[in-house]
Amino acid sequence: MAETVERPGAAAESDGSGTRGGTRARAAVGLRAYGLIIAMWIRSTMAYRTSFVLTAATNFVTTGLDFVTILLMFSRVDVLGGWPLPEVAFLYGMSCVAFGLADLVTGSMERLGQRVRDGTLDTLLVRPAPVLAQVAADRFALRRLGRVMQGALVLGYALTAVDIAWTPLKALLLPVALVSGAGIFCAVFVAGAAFQFVAQDASEVQNAFTYGGTTLLQYPPTVFGRELVRGVTFVLPLAFVNWVPAAYLLGRPLPLELPGWVAFMPPLVSGACLALAGLAWRAGLRSYRSTGS
Amino acid sequence: MGSGRLYTAVAAGGFRRYATYRVATAAGVFTNTVFGLILVYTYIALWDEKPHLGGYDRTQAITYVWVGQALLSTLAIGGSRVEAELMERIRTGDIAVDLYRPADLQLWWLASDLGRAGFELIGRGVLPFLFGALVFPMALPGAWTTWAGFLVAVVLGMVVSFAIRYLVALSTFWLLDGTGVSQITLLAGMFASGMTLPLNVFPGPLGDVVRVLPWSSLLQRPADVLLGEAGLWSTFAFQGAWAVALLALGRLVQSAATRRVVVQGG
Repeated sequence: MAETVERPGAAAESDGSGTRGGTRARAAVGLRAYGLIIAMWIRSTMAYRTSFVLTAATNFVTTGLDFVTILLMFSRVDVLGGWPLPEVAFLYGMSCVAFGLADLVTGSMERLGQRVRDGTLDTLLVRPAPVLAQVAADRFALRRLGRVMQGALVLGYALTAVDIAWTPLKALLLPVALVSGAGIFCAVFVAGAAFQFVAQDASEVQNAFTYGGTTLLQYPPTVFGRELVRGVTFVLPLAFVNWVPAAYLLGRPLPLELPGWVAFMPPLVSGACLALAGLAWRAGLRSYRSTGS
Repeated sequence: MGSGRLYTAVAAGGFRRYATYRVATAAGVFTNTVFGLILVYTYIALWDEKPHLGGYDRTQAITYVWVGQALLSTLAIGGSRVEAELMERIRTGDIAVDLYRPADLQLWWLASDLGRAGFELIGRGVLPFLFGALVFPMALPGAWTTWAGFLVAVVLGMVVSFAIRYLVALSTFWLLDGTGVSQITLLAGMFASGMTLPLNVFPGPLGDVVRVLPWSSLLQRPADVLLGEAGLWSTFAFQGAWAVALLALGRLVQSAATRRVVVQGG
């Protein structure tokens, strides 16, 4: 029984265990598999070009609804939690782009519980490619670019409207923070999928942290209770996606009166989150027992 | 009377079916509570900035958030699995089997959806609402008549919600792929029901328009009944009129669709 769920990659994995070269080779195999599967899905998407354009456009509009809500709020007030519209738009744009990128890369992992329940995960286990890469690339949805574009547009508007005293360091921090933020959200997606190995039917819990997380970050930290801000800074460090770096860029005090240098932590936080999520994924995959159906 | 028993049984089946997804229900309660928390804080910030915005005071705004979380899945504001299943049956041609049943197609699916909604109200709606009432100050009515009126408005909201989603599902007869219309329904549901922001906060003509659209029956109107901001009978009349009109339209579209039905594959 255990043999049937053993990962075929496990042999290759033990070959290089402990050596840097082995880890790097394994990562390369994973990335290559991920790239190949994505290319396949993109080709199949492009077979129905009109459908792709329509779904990407709908994605653009649907995800833009959150910003419309913010605009409606600002049609009635001038500041929210002490932040004016351009600065809230800046938070929104950063959160939306980071989350959109993560959703594009790993958003398919949401459906892992479904795969565990109906037994189709077994198909992925017998293929000679890392399961994580396969699950992440499965049904790769290029239409999710709609969210990234929508966030980028709002961020573009915000950049023209906010007053930032740019320095080379600040100019570098923005793209670094966006990529790190995407990494943090990717970690949440992977950890959520690992959790679904245990609770197969609980993909909605993941929504609370992914979609809930990005919604939370669209509003200034001053809006939320101190305990909640502490939780998303020190426990699930979503604050490093945008609250912390954006506060620094905008010359505002950092949440929880953190010192200024913390604003440069996002890459480290992101790396740590990804490492932990990777461990959770391995533990989840080891605990997997096929339904046999 | 015989047919009344049939549809009751269908509704009970719908209720039981959703009651089997226990882990999913618990997960849903958790998610609704988290989203409720996020929304409550943004609303508090909004109402701190502008007290009495849209005619609500702060506690009414907080109550509104938790009513919304209680009704989000109950009234399928973002869509539900019921119409997704109906769409799949139309797409695959299984609908032909349903048409041969000695039962009315629309009533059958209505009964099944009411069963689902009933379960989601109890299983998914009540707990986030109780959490909200325990943690935040809420403006809850003392009179039982207001609560009863609220429940009637919720049931009418269920019917309007079903009538909209039935029309959406029937569009599959022509479109074959329902993904696009489902997304538009989600969009309209979230926006025009008052789920993202109470409709009385919407400015100017936009506010006037969204308040008379059928979606306002889903959250805004039941919430206003609970908050004592709307009359019982005018609310019921508004919801009832939309329910009748949309169900009748559904019948028309249904007969047009079944006349041209071409069963896919086999």
